[in-house]
Amino acid sequence: MTSRIVILGGGTGGTLAANRLHRALGDAAEVTVVDQDDRHVYQPGLLFVPFGLAEPEHIVRSRAAQLATGVHMVLAAVDRVDLEQRVVRLIGGGELPYDVLVVATGARLLPQETEGMLGPAWNAQVCTFYDMEGATALRDALADFGGGQLVVNVVDMPIKCPVAPLEFCFLADWFLEERGVRERTEITFATPLDAAFTKPVAAQTLGGLLEEKGIALETEFAIGRVDADAGRIFSWDERELPFDLLVTVPAHGGAAYVERSPGLGDELGFVPCDPHTLRAHAADDVFVLGDASNVPTSKAGSVSHFEGETIVENVRRTLAGDELQPSFDGHANCFIETGFGKALLLDFNYDQEPLTGRYPEPHVGPLPLLRESRMNHLAKLMFEWAYWHVLLPGRELPGISSELQGARR
Amino acid sequence: MTETTIAGRPVDVDAEGFLTDPAAWDRDIAAEIARENGIPELTDRHWQVIDFMRERYLRDGAAPSIRTLGKASGVPVKELYALFPKGPAKLAAKIGGIPKPRGCI
Repeated sequence: MTSRIVILGGGTGGTLAANRLHRALGDAAEVTVVDQDDRHVYQPGLLFVPFGLAEPEHIVRSRAAQLATGVHMVLAAVDRVDLEQRVVRLIGGGELPYDVLVVATGARLLPQETEGMLGPAWNAQVCTFYDMEGATALRDALADFGGGQLVVNVVDMPIKCPVAPLEFCFLADWFLEERGVRERTEITFATPLDAAFTKPVAAQTLGGLLEEKGIALETEFAIGRVDADAGRIFSWDERELPFDLLVTVPAHGGAAYVERSPGLGDELGFVPCDPHTLRAHAADDVFVLGDASNVPTSKAGSVSHFEGETIVENVRRTLAGDELQPSFDGHANCFIETGFGKALLLDFNYDQEPLTGRYPEPHVGPLPLLRESRMNHLAKLMFEWAYWHVLLPGRELPGISSELQGARR
Repeated sequence: MTETTIAGRPVDVDAEGFLTDPAAWDRDIAAEIARENGIPELTDRHWQVIDFMRERYLRDGAAPSIRTLGKASGVPVKELYALFPKGPAKLAAKIGGIPKPRGCI
């Protein structure tokens, strides 16, 4: 009998899971991907749009075109998941019964959760580069920016790609220098964390880079409201920061249907699951992949890629009635653009702080870890090709292991 | 990690004074950590937050963020700041004997 696998979300995680499952299970399973639109955005590219380093139309492709022949695509918004009936109900009336469900609908931006964020200044003096509309608006705002206070603020954790706000600061420093307005600009990075980054080892390196570039760091700044008319943001403990241009990373939550699906998500709309098997706490036949989950590692494409192997194996075992394999270790890695054609690279997991040394092989790999280099920058640029041609088709990157090297259990 | 004495009991704490073993905690320890951090007396509202923090930590293995506290603890964010000045999530975790919230990653 053919098993029905329904995958919610046709982004990084959903696409690579669909392609891997289709390849692993062949005719034994019918794989269906559901998404509300056919625009697959290469999200790492959004960081470059405000600086004119990436064109919006170049980082968007068809979602359906990234799926292997034989994988079905349904273009519809999800109303809710009925865990008891094992059926996904679609807005507009359709329904999709499943034997196994994979939740891969990522994270959603919630600027409305911060008082005063949305208003006439939204996408003008108050911008985000976390979606295409915002990144494009910010490109225009930066082109007009003649100096003053540039504040980059993270509203709350968790966020997608937690290093991106720092990268934005580094690139803004470079961009404004090139345009000759850096001298007249003060850049401030305001974060709810007590350091530049969550991982102490990396926080030190990154904090040092901020200082080197003359970027002010405001820590433990939990934003309470935005007053766009006065050009100020206020924290809950009543500190204030003036801005001429505010670049915000809004609060994140899970997809809206998660809230409408009783028992599926937590109060932020993320789906709690076992951090090693990726099975949802809500039901034995539901798995969670990528940003949609609550696992304590970065919300990043690399994580979805490293989770891919575990998801495929555990979906297969669930269909066969076997015990699950607790193989995911929280592995994440990310290139961090530091401006002026350089980047550094982080590699870590649930238990292991970012490693130093070289990558992918511990001693001889071409890329230095936790240090700025031109090679890392070039690798970051080359990664875009690998994303479309290796990662989404669900293939392994040569020499790159799913488990953190030097941290095998 | 260093050993220290709180409310007459030997406990291990990290460099910032967070208990390393949530099981070593009790309500007397909580009251003393609170006093040391400028909260002379823990009210029912304080306990509501502290108990919520511990329950979530023991269930999920991670301390909830300020936003989760505001949405699910029954105490709004503004009041959280009044109860636990400066950083409510951090201070409530410290008093509740669980590791410092890492804001995920």
